[in-house]
Amino acid sequence: MSSTVDAVPPSRAASPPPTTPPRQRPSYRLGRWDITYSPYLYIAPFFVLFGIFGLFPLLYTAYVSLFDYELLSGTKEFAGLENYRVLMADAQFWNAAYNTVGIFILSTVPQLIVALLLANLLNRQMRARTLLRMGILIPNITSVAAVGIIFALIFADRYGLINWLLGTVGVDPVAWRDNRYASWFAVAFMVDWRWTGYNALIYLGAMQAIPKDLYESASLDGASAWRQFWAITVPLIRPTILFTVIISTIGGFQIFTEPLMYGFGLVRGGADHQFQTLAMYIYERTFTGNAEYGYGSAMSWLLFMMIIIFALINFVLIRRSVKGDEK
Amino acid sequence: MSTAQTLPRSVAPLPPTQRRRRRTPGARLWQASPLTYLALIIGCVLSIFPIIWSFIIASRDNSAVYEMPSTPGDQLFTNLDRMLANEDAAFVYGLVNSAVVSSVVTISVIFFSSLAGFAFAKLRFRGSNALLLVIILTMMVPTQLGVIPLYLMMVDLGWTGTLQAVIVPFLVQGFGVFMMRQYAMSAISDELIEAARLDGCSTWRIYWNVVLPVLRPAAAVLGLLTFMQTWNEFLWPFIVLTPDTPTVQYSLKILSSGPYQTDYVALFAGTALATLPLLVVFIIFGRQIIGGIMEGAVKS
Repeated sequence: MSSTVDAVPPSRAASPPPTTPPRQRPSYRLGRWDITYSPYLYIAPFFVLFGIFGLFPLLYTAYVSLFDYELLSGTKEFAGLENYRVLMADAQFWNAAYNTVGIFILSTVPQLIVALLLANLLNRQMRARTLLRMGILIPNITSVAAVGIIFALIFADRYGLINWLLGTVGVDPVAWRDNRYASWFAVAFMVDWRWTGYNALIYLGAMQAIPKDLYESASLDGASAWRQFWAITVPLIRPTILFTVIISTIGGFQIFTEPLMYGFGLVRGGADHQFQTLAMYIYERTFTGNAEYGYGSAMSWLLFMMIIIFALINFVLIRRSVKGDEK
Repeated sequence: MSTAQTLPRSVAPLPPTQRRRRRTPGARLWQASPLTYLALIIGCVLSIFPIIWSFIIASRDNSAVYEMPSTPGDQLFTNLDRMLANEDAAFVYGLVNSAVVSSVVTISVIFFSSLAGFAFAKLRFRGSNALLLVIILTMMVPTQLGVIPLYLMMVDLGWTGTLQAVIVPFLVQGFGVFMMRQYAMSAISDELIEAARLDGCSTWRIYWNVVLPVLRPAAAVLGLLTFMQTWNEFLWPFIVLTPDTPTVQYSLKILSSGPYQTDYVALFAGTALATLPLLVVFIIFGRQIIGGIMEGAVKS
């Protein structure tokens, strides 16, 4: 690596006067080229690699989506918007979209609200501060695959931990997979479990940047802690809330591993696809069976559009509602 | 911009004002009450319990998986042996592959992020603000949706089933660049750079000999976060690798499906072993990791 960046000599060759005064230091000879252009060399690796492996494939997805492109049959023909037309009538796609949105709401709304409350509790003088913070962050270091496996057993139908607990208080066991909404809940629960602490720490970071004087004058005015939380804390960390909402939207709509592991590693997402998400369905059509790259790309591109739309909707919603609390 | 605010909390010396307890009327609000502790402890228990419970299951006999309440058994090593002996899952190979992939990606992300972060923080060049904005925006691009062309690319390159397929696409990270830039802004004074220039250092020398040593604490945090993230990556390895060359997460997937899915205790021995390395890292460096995450929240 160093060889590319050390390759500064061209600048020396280009330096103007052949008779360099002896007092001039080498830095001035390296001078202009190094100072004007080397910064671009330093940032170039990011843009080149991101361009090739991040941006290009994403944009190219739109192009592939216009083809009838299958691995198994070997076809690759331009098909215009045919894939999208088929997509509109594909009941399994819309079922997956329904599941994805449902799981997304169940996994994001409680998660961010609880994270906000946890952050508020952590934002105090306390003993064992680091220990408590580590405690709530620990789910985030477990891998998604492991989380899926562990919770698949916790939410097992017949002998699972949750159903056993429900049994001890006299509640009938829940069909955690066969019932669509129960399965959504279980999948969303994994996401909540893994990400709540992480988001709480992000909020905590933002809360600590709020000047304490604001709270002091508010409590002199007799505002309760609860009132201060909604009137000072939440509005002031609004940019951070917006950030987490957008990131959660982007991540939540692509949910794949949790429902996959929950369904014992099968992409069909339950006997009736009751918890098959869009990412799982895209995988099913693209990387199993006929390997329909064109159709899978069309679905990916539509999912991309959905993410943008939902991110914008959430952005506007949060901006409005948080502002409303300022009164 | 004051230095104390932009330094990552994990690595900056704590400014004295944060430690001082205030004696103003608001101060009582900032003392944690017993109820606060109670709520947080409940949160911690809920967070830790599933992990401990999975370790307990890993120590039991298959016939006792469903026995409630769950108490630890004595079969942990038997289960581990059986799990490791499973040739289809190739768990040890998966662990080694994950270690290689995560290490290479981590070193690369640290290197390219500190290089670009330094350039954005301390060098003046045309278009730097716009380019920095582009980097921030890349953090919000769902690149995962481009996996189909990316996969076709790997097929063309002949990389499917090889480790470079899960390394090369992850060599850079927008978040890393941004984080290093934030740290470099506050930790490195312009005078230092200027002095190095007067001594005749090229920009590259300044980066290597002056900037990189100063960035080390932030680089460590970025490294920890990147390592954990890469270790836990699932979807892309699952798509592009084959069972012959698994990462540890892929091995878990093999253990959890097909003929082995009924051997719960071996599977849970697998999840325990896959989680253990990160658990150790977390226990040693928890404070730094927390600092890194909290710092991500404070935007300039």
